[in-house]
Amino acid sequence: MNDRVLSIEHLSVALPPWADRPQAVNDVSLEVRRQEILCVVGESGSGKSVMAKAVLRLLPEPQVRVVAGRICYEGQDLLALPADDIRAIRGGRIAMIFQEPMVALNPVMAVGRQTDEIIEVHTRLRPAERRRRVLEVFADVRLPEPERILKSYPHELSGGQRQRVMIAMALALEPALIIADEPTTALDVTTQAQILRLLKELQARHGTAILFITHDFGVVAEIADRVAVMRQGKLVEHGQARDILERPQHEYTRALVAAVPSLSPRHRSPARSPGVGDRPLLTVSGLSKAYLRRGGFALARRRIAAVAGVSLEIDKGRALALVGESGSGKSTLARCIVGLERADGGAIVLEGRDIAGLSRAGLRPYRKALQMIFQDPYASLNPRWRVGDIIAQGPIVNGTPRRMARAQAAELLRLVGLDPMAANRFPHEFSGGQRQRIGIARALAVKPKLIVADEPVSALDVSVQKQVLQLLDELRTAFELSLLFITHDLRVAAQVCEEVAVMKDGVIVERGATAAIFAAPQHEYTKALLASVPGRDWQRLTPGRNPC
Amino acid sequence: MQSFWRRFFGNPRVALSLLWLAFIVAVAAAAPLLAPTSPFAIVAKPFSPPLGEFLLGTDSLGRSLLAGLIHGARTSLLIAILATLAAVAFGTCVGAGAGFYGGIVDDLLMRISEFFQTIPSFIFAIVLVAILAPSGTSLVIAIATVSWPPIARVVRGEVLTIKAREFVQAAIVTGQRDAAILFGQVLPNALSPLIVTGSLLVANAILIEAALSFLGLGAPDLMSWGFQIGAGRAFLRDAWWLVTVPGVAILLTVLAINLVGEGLNDALNPRLRDL
Repeated sequence: MNDRVLSIEHLSVALPPWADRPQAVNDVSLEVRRQEILCVVGESGSGKSVMAKAVLRLLPEPQVRVVAGRICYEGQDLLALPADDIRAIRGGRIAMIFQEPMVALNPVMAVGRQTDEIIEVHTRLRPAERRRRVLEVFADVRLPEPERILKSYPHELSGGQRQRVMIAMALALEPALIIADEPTTALDVTTQAQILRLLKELQARHGTAILFITHDFGVVAEIADRVAVMRQGKLVEHGQARDILERPQHEYTRALVAAVPSLSPRHRSPARSPGVGDRPLLTVSGLSKAYLRRGGFALARRRIAAVAGVSLEIDKGRALALVGESGSGKSTLARCIVGLERADGGAIVLEGRDIAGLSRAGLRPYRKALQMIFQDPYASLNPRWRVGDIIAQGPIVNGTPRRMARAQAAELLRLVGLDPMAANRFPHEFSGGQRQRIGIARALAVKPKLIVADEPVSALDVSVQKQVLQLLDELRTAFELSLLFITHDLRVAAQVCEEVAVMKDGVIVERGATAAIFAAPQHEYTKALLASVPGRDWQRLTPGRNPC
Repeated sequence: MQSFWRRFFGNPRVALSLLWLAFIVAVAAAAPLLAPTSPFAIVAKPFSPPLGEFLLGTDSLGRSLLAGLIHGARTSLLIAILATLAAVAFGTCVGAGAGFYGGIVDDLLMRISEFFQTIPSFIFAIVLVAILAPSGTSLVIAIATVSWPPIARVVRGEVLTIKAREFVQAAIVTGQRDAAILFGQVLPNALSPLIVTGSLLVANAILIEAALSFLGLGAPDLMSWGFQIGAGRAFLRDAWWLVTVPGVAILLTVLAINLVGEGLNDALNPRLRDL
């Protein structure tokens, strides 16, 4: 019996002339078997998403188009099918789940109707039967109160619920294959864990094959039966999940697996513990910040507390990780500390002076001590400025002569591992990781005492992420920096910081030494967070892999 | 940047339009040499047909149509460009201030610009010229006054999105002053839409100027295309060229500017066009 659901044979997809390489996918052959989850893993630009889109002919033709190969499904070449036939297969026989459910769902249509529409298009069921089917799949994906969800609009649901609706839509017609393109990347870790569990369970119950695209080896470890690793449009390795995860053959796969940060926390650095009389570098006490959400016409404004009474201290030379899921208020807290937002109440005491509530101009003298590293390396550098000027801008503002500042910039570039000649180039000539290094050099340029890093590696691929984290760690010791490191990723927190504060709904629920919290979390939420880290068991089972 | 120029000049419509505009600019610049006598001077008998003693004939008072056309190019371009520059400068300041400071400043500036937008712009221009007494300067003021609100809105929108980008926040964190951030970080990144809108505004300004002159509200001492059309419209059936020739000149110039503006847009945002 033929157990292949989908086979991709020698597929090549061409990119438009302005792209960085001629082909997004280069001679890739893969097959998805019945009742299995095949994970395609790769870093950004590896062509994994383009390949998935090619299966359903969703490429933005004619700029991106298939130039060679076949995609066979049930004995037909999908690439040669007429448009009407491929439409019957899309959604009906092969369904797709996208990364961002908020964008994939129609915001002005109730989700029940959107699911119903799929059944309506593909079958001849009557409205009452369709309704029953929709309720059935909603219950199947564990949506609470399917009757209520039926009438809800996407914005009324949480991120996890939206993704469940997407999965329900994919399952509605019992497809033979589901293509899931990074379906959990936009979700918080706890939600991600639930969705992964759900997918695995549904797949076992319905026997659907899943082609699962991801960049995260943790997710692979949770869900995959077989794994295919892609790099720059080429397939570098594929095989059983266990083999690849535990005994990767190809050097690139090995590097990728090794780059996944370890969950075992770093040891408390032997740096001197603060003396008796020492005050902490930064003390935040009772900080609160609320946003006014403007109601529509004649509607009352609503106050939403983003940060509700947070207190924390950071000692000189120490690193504190602030961990939380989206909406926990961690970024708002960071922005209040560096003075990008003004807190509503509470104190921010930097070296004995309260800087909370100062105006932008009033804050200027303290800026030197307090710098920030931003999340998105593509947005945080002015595209029209040369790198050297970007780094030198801080010292120049603070009164350093221009020539000297430029010379220091070149020195800083060397320090963060870039060629000093890079000072004369523009940001777009650098990769994401290199840009983040430039961002770090900019923060260091004014010789700050505290750096607030807001998700500095979450936009980077794992291999680059590892290098940037190492760099941050080295610089921290070299410059005796204190670090407030904001992240949603417990692994990253464990790598960089000796202390962790877990934040939820605007308050810190648990605080302490990283090792202690990882070993014995006290708060329910911390426990849930730790249990949700994908690939946790895999990492624990292969301890030899962890370098530290 | 190299590919920008290639995309820009490689577009045949842009190349042709630029050729035409270069011709008009050259004619306007060399007007005193090409037609040394005043365009208002009576040089022959009225209504002499084209291709006679005078290449394009004469109008109802015996003035050379060609001389008028040449000097008219000068007037039209000069007034349109000055008015556009004034509108862009003012609109940029208003839009940048509104977008950058937000809150009450934004509300105030935007309500003011809406106030200007709600008045029918051409009628407003007529009123302004009538109040200020017709002259070159009042034409520039009137056209600029009715043209700046769209610029302010474009700039405000751009500033709002750029302000939220992290490099601007990084500049705030390093302690740069507001003016330095606005002019050094934000506005240079808002340049492309500003250039495109500005170039299209020139075409619009030429049309307003022509229309005002047509109604006799132009500068009395400056020959202009709109004035020529206005003067010739009563004789449309007897001397069609009096209206047609300056009309075609306006048409081609405005068309050329629009095509160049469109070409700029395509060249500055290449992916927009291709996808």
